[in-house]
Amino acid sequence: MSMRTLPLLFLNLGGEMLYILDQRLRAQNIPGDKARRVLHDIISTMFNKNFIEELFKPQELYSKKALRTIYDRLAHASIMRLNQASMDKLYDLMTMALKYQVLLCPRPKDVLLVTFNHLDAIKGFIRDNPALVHLVDETSQQLIEAYGGLSAGEFQLIRQTLLTFFQDLHIRVSIFLKDKVQNSNGRFVLPVSGPVPWETEVPGLIRMFDHKGKEVKRTEFRHGGNYIAALKEGSFELYGDRVLKLGTNMYSANRPVETHTSGASKNLASQSQQSIAPNPLAKEELNFLAKLMGGMEIRKPSGPEPGFRLNLFTTDEEEEQAALTRPEELPHEVVNIQATQDQQRNQELARIMGEFEVTDQPRWSASKGDDLLAMMDEL
Amino acid sequence: MFRRERSIPLRGSAAALCNNLSVLQLPVHNLTHFGVVHGPSAQLVSAAPEGVPLAQRQLHAKERAGVSLPLITQVHWCVLPFRILLVLTSHRGIQMYESDGSVMVYWHALDSGDASPVQAVFARGIASSGHFICVGTWSGRVLVFDVPAKGPNIVLSEELAGHLTSVTDIASEHAQEQDPAGEKGKGSLCLSPQDCIADMVTADDSGLLCVWRSGPEFKLLTRIPGFGAPCTSVQLWQGIVAAGYGNGQLCLYEASTGTLHAQINAHARAICALDLAPMVGKLLSAAEDTFVHIWKLNRNLKNGCIEVEHCHGECVPDTQVCGARFCDPSGSSLAVTGYDLAEILRFSSV
Repeated sequence: MSMRTLPLLFLNLGGEMLYILDQRLRAQNIPGDKARRVLHDIISTMFNKNFIEELFKPQELYSKKALRTIYDRLAHASIMRLNQASMDKLYDLMTMALKYQVLLCPRPKDVLLVTFNHLDAIKGFIRDNPALVHLVDETSQQLIEAYGGLSAGEFQLIRQTLLTFFQDLHIRVSIFLKDKVQNSNGRFVLPVSGPVPWETEVPGLIRMFDHKGKEVKRTEFRHGGNYIAALKEGSFELYGDRVLKLGTNMYSANRPVETHTSGASKNLASQSQQSIAPNPLAKEELNFLAKLMGGMEIRKPSGPEPGFRLNLFTTDEEEEQAALTRPEELPHEVVNIQATQDQQRNQELARIMGEFEVTDQPRWSASKGDDLLAMMDEL
Repeated sequence: MFRRERSIPLRGSAAALCNNLSVLQLPVHNLTHFGVVHGPSAQLVSAAPEGVPLAQRQLHAKERAGVSLPLITQVHWCVLPFRILLVLTSHRGIQMYESDGSVMVYWHALDSGDASPVQAVFARGIASSGHFICVGTWSGRVLVFDVPAKGPNIVLSEELAGHLTSVTDIASEHAQEQDPAGEKGKGSLCLSPQDCIADMVTADDSGLLCVWRSGPEFKLLTRIPGFGAPCTSVQLWQGIVAAGYGNGQLCLYEASTGTLHAQINAHARAICALDLAPMVGKLLSAAEDTFVHIWKLNRNLKNGCIEVEHCHGECVPDTQVCGARFCDPSGSSLAVTGYDLAEILRFSSV
């Protein structure tokens, strides 16, 4: 698959994480200065020059486990603490949101516009800190340099690689269900109306030519959708109108979010698929992370600024309940990134492999949908 | 009009690749084989006429010790004069099996020699041409394998240069398609090597098409330049090249000259699969816009021009289609796969 995908994955997931944390910080009435501090710390860790430089090197995508570990670390880059259940939920929301955005991008290249939307919004969170804004701008510049000249074919490979990463994730997200962009079976709605992508024609026209290239016949056919011509192309510059709304903050102030997912539809079989094979390369991935993130300051919740716990659920009881029903194959603790832990990691992988069972793929039938809806009502 | 038939369940969902469904029709045995790529594995399913699944098998790409499972890019049955082989391409190389996937008869590791670090290395695009199997690669090179009538003595006989960007798909005209009246019988194989000379077309990420005459040495006949969008899928029927592109356009060209004869604004998203029902000149196009369209190709006998008309469109709701094939030579039934979908959808015309 494409070797250029990791920066797009990391930056967009990071952006979604910040949207969600920002909303929860406000919902939980965390004092403004503390909230700003948290976002500031996470953003400065995320855009650390050395980390970004490594990120942009051509490489394969990390495994889901390794990437999850990065975000565990990132979320704890400040005075804020998250319980495992909240961290799980945060990660579920982040990944499903990005899956939705990638899937619905009109053109493969538009994933770049999604990334710019995230970066534009991130700059909004730290606009009072010019040094940090500059750091984010530098990353935007690197994006332009790395991706600006890629062909449509290369972007298609990037898109396919991203979709492979998100394959078989069908976690239902309240805000998506409410907006009717996700069905009750966890699949996203793919609209067949609206503007076509830039550089695509509205379907319906057939033109026929003779040997000399002269048009000899023109007919129309009913294609079944309800499309209109593309309006305008989004900007791929440092600043500009991105036109595309995917990747903008859907958790804004006047849309109080029930960040409410039902974990019942986690697909155990395929989630374990990637992690069961004992992967010696995982050792390399984590060593690499250790090298980078070990160099970053981790705020300890002590001293004049006491830490606080953020809850991704509406109440503490919900969080506890969610912790009890977590699927077995997820790690119970944040994996400590130290060289000595590698053996532990391989043992952990072996343990997970022992617990792996093949489960049948769920059949999508009307009754299955009803069961899921009933479960949602009970939550 | 098409109606939904019974779906065939899959162990793993289909990956978001183009041309992600291969079908081997075996009417003599009342069986149809289906092949779908999941990711690091590919799934083969055999089904009876009503879609009742009979047997399943999973194949994996060959691993290198110490590295995670490589991803498969395509799985495809190649019908040759004296045998049928199943070919699997991945980020490591090319694997060839007996048609039921039971025994691997050949393995070719890709040479990533002059690839830059940022370049993904893989094989993609599979077609048989006479007694050759042609496979495309990331660099644009097309590998030509000479396949004997029996046994594992498969040899890389030629490397075709013509493309500068990654190959996406390859199509060729088989002897069966050159014999539409079916005098040699449905499902039967060629009786002698001379019956099996076939022409071939290869496509790449830049949208470039190369048209070849097969033989002991393949000869490049024409190049048809692209226009910015990748050509994701290609078919060849009676000297007509049908090409589907990443911007949803479907074009028909005269193979021998490269002249554009039809340009169809067929889909609102990238086309991911094309297939032919050669007996009746039907073409299907499937795209990420959730639609499958059926077209009728025709050569105007008076002026030799290629004509096309739309027959039918089918929407597969909320499904990013990634593979589609006709399931019988008359094009009255088809099968469809979609990204994230753990089943093969089947349709038949009413």
